[in-house]
Amino acid sequence: MHPAYSVILFTTASGAGYGLLFWIGLAEAFGAMPGGRWIGFAMLTVALALITVGLLASTLHLGHPERALGAFSQWRSSWLSREAVAAVVTYIPAGLLWLVWLAGVDSGATPALGVAAAAGAGVTVYCTGMIYAALRTIRQWHRPVVPVIYLALASGTGALLLGLMMALAGFAVVWTLFAALVSLTAAGLLKLSYWQQNDGDPGRYTAEMATGLGHLGTVRPLDPPHSMPNFVMREMGFSVARKHALTLRRTVLICLFGGPLGLIVLSMFTPYDAGFMAIAVLAAGIGVITERWLFFAEAEHVSMLYYGAARA
Amino acid sequence: MTSLPQPSDVKLGLVIDLDICVGCQACATSCKEWNTGGYSAPLSDHDPYGADPSGAWLNRIHAYEVTTDTASKTVHFPRSCLHCEKPDCVTVCPTGASYKRAEDGIVLVNPDTCIGCKLCSWACPYGAREYDHDDGVMKKCTLCVDRIYNETIPEEDRVPACVKACPTGARAFGDLGDPDSAVSRNVAARDGFNLLDEFGYEPVNKYLPPRFNSVTPDQVLPAPSEPVPASNGSAIENLFAWVDRALSAKG
Repeated sequence: MHPAYSVILFTTASGAGYGLLFWIGLAEAFGAMPGGRWIGFAMLTVALALITVGLLASTLHLGHPERALGAFSQWRSSWLSREAVAAVVTYIPAGLLWLVWLAGVDSGATPALGVAAAAGAGVTVYCTGMIYAALRTIRQWHRPVVPVIYLALASGTGALLLGLMMALAGFAVVWTLFAALVSLTAAGLLKLSYWQQNDGDPGRYTAEMATGLGHLGTVRPLDPPHSMPNFVMREMGFSVARKHALTLRRTVLICLFGGPLGLIVLSMFTPYDAGFMAIAVLAAGIGVITERWLFFAEAEHVSMLYYGAARA
Repeated sequence: MTSLPQPSDVKLGLVIDLDICVGCQACATSCKEWNTGGYSAPLSDHDPYGADPSGAWLNRIHAYEVTTDTASKTVHFPRSCLHCEKPDCVTVCPTGASYKRAEDGIVLVNPDTCIGCKLCSWACPYGAREYDHDDGVMKKCTLCVDRIYNETIPEEDRVPACVKACPTGARAFGDLGDPDSAVSRNVAARDGFNLLDEFGYEPVNKYLPPRFNSVTPDQVLPAPSEPVPASNGSAIENLFAWVDRALSAKG
């Protein structure tokens, strides 16, 4: 599948933003936010900015972004519509929390708003993952582990950001480091299992099934319908060389998982060094963008059976 | 509403006879001609006469080679939307622009509400939907919905443009929900089949299999063997002859 940069930016930026919102919301609910309201306000602003930038980026690949309101209507059947609804609903508690902290009103409602914002963040990221996992045409995506990886990566990158900002603000909040450690470890193990599942699955469908001619013999393409690649071939037929894919997988393992995990442990002993956390955030940023690019580039679409793929 | 309607009794669709299609592209060009001016017009092209032409087409004609134990055959293979009974291209649509008509089962895109997110094309295993980069919406076969019910054109023209254009009669249009319709009877008589039946979208369009001419294995001529030049008996010739035999045996 063609990796659209707007979708990569959307899912990684808003993923980290929702992860950050999730941990801020939980921290507020359990009274684990250090410092005054301005600390919470600043961090929530970063989370909402990441989410908003991501959501705006996601509209860049639309043919008619001005009609986007219509995307809230089909939540009964469409995961994309559910994601849109969840994203907007999540703005309500998150925005209220932001306003309460901005205005400085002494409200007993902030823990409840925190829980609601955290739940909304989780639901939105789950819907994002399900947009891909629900597509039966792409076997690499049509796996139960896909939305779980989206959740774990959002949680991990969000916790890393929270840890960095806490360190910059001068607070040693060890639970954020543990949150990042646990999320990223889980995401890394799930991603390894995801790659293993895909490498061992050549695909159920064949060119013979696609053409319905398998009962007659083997099928190979003779003439394409056109001289140059069409939309379907460019959109669904993107592929990455196996050699490059392995290099990029190693990049993901080092930048998104190994590197940040090591730096988190280091910063626990240093103690809580903002420099180590900054490098961890930078590395994880590169890693998660690479991971998302590969998620698309390694995905194979069944329609390519009509264009020469033997299996899909 | 992008939830699927109850299966309709009327299931309008195409039956494509792979035995007589000659791959002339008349159906594809007449489809393009009609639909660039009809429902959801235009069908944009980019660089149509240049080095890298591309554009939205609703009907694409492939050619495949089918090889059996004894023979090979070229099969011309038109491919367009199959107007499936249970397609995810409809249910994934966030706006309701992609829908299946309850009255006749035609799958359509509303060009006024489509936001161009392309998710429906990802959900189609047949590669039948093509995005129009100029129009910013998804395009697909409409079964010429603006011809088949069109009372302003002569009755004999109220069939999809591809069916009207086919010079060999390889394309037929009709109600596949009615077991007594001409298309349904032909499908039953000729063992018509679904494309990628294993996927479970339950296509309405059917394909009729190509017939192989009655060549039996003993009628197939053996492949001519390469002539072997006589050796002049020298050591080097004998060495080459031995290498040739050794390599041939491996193959």
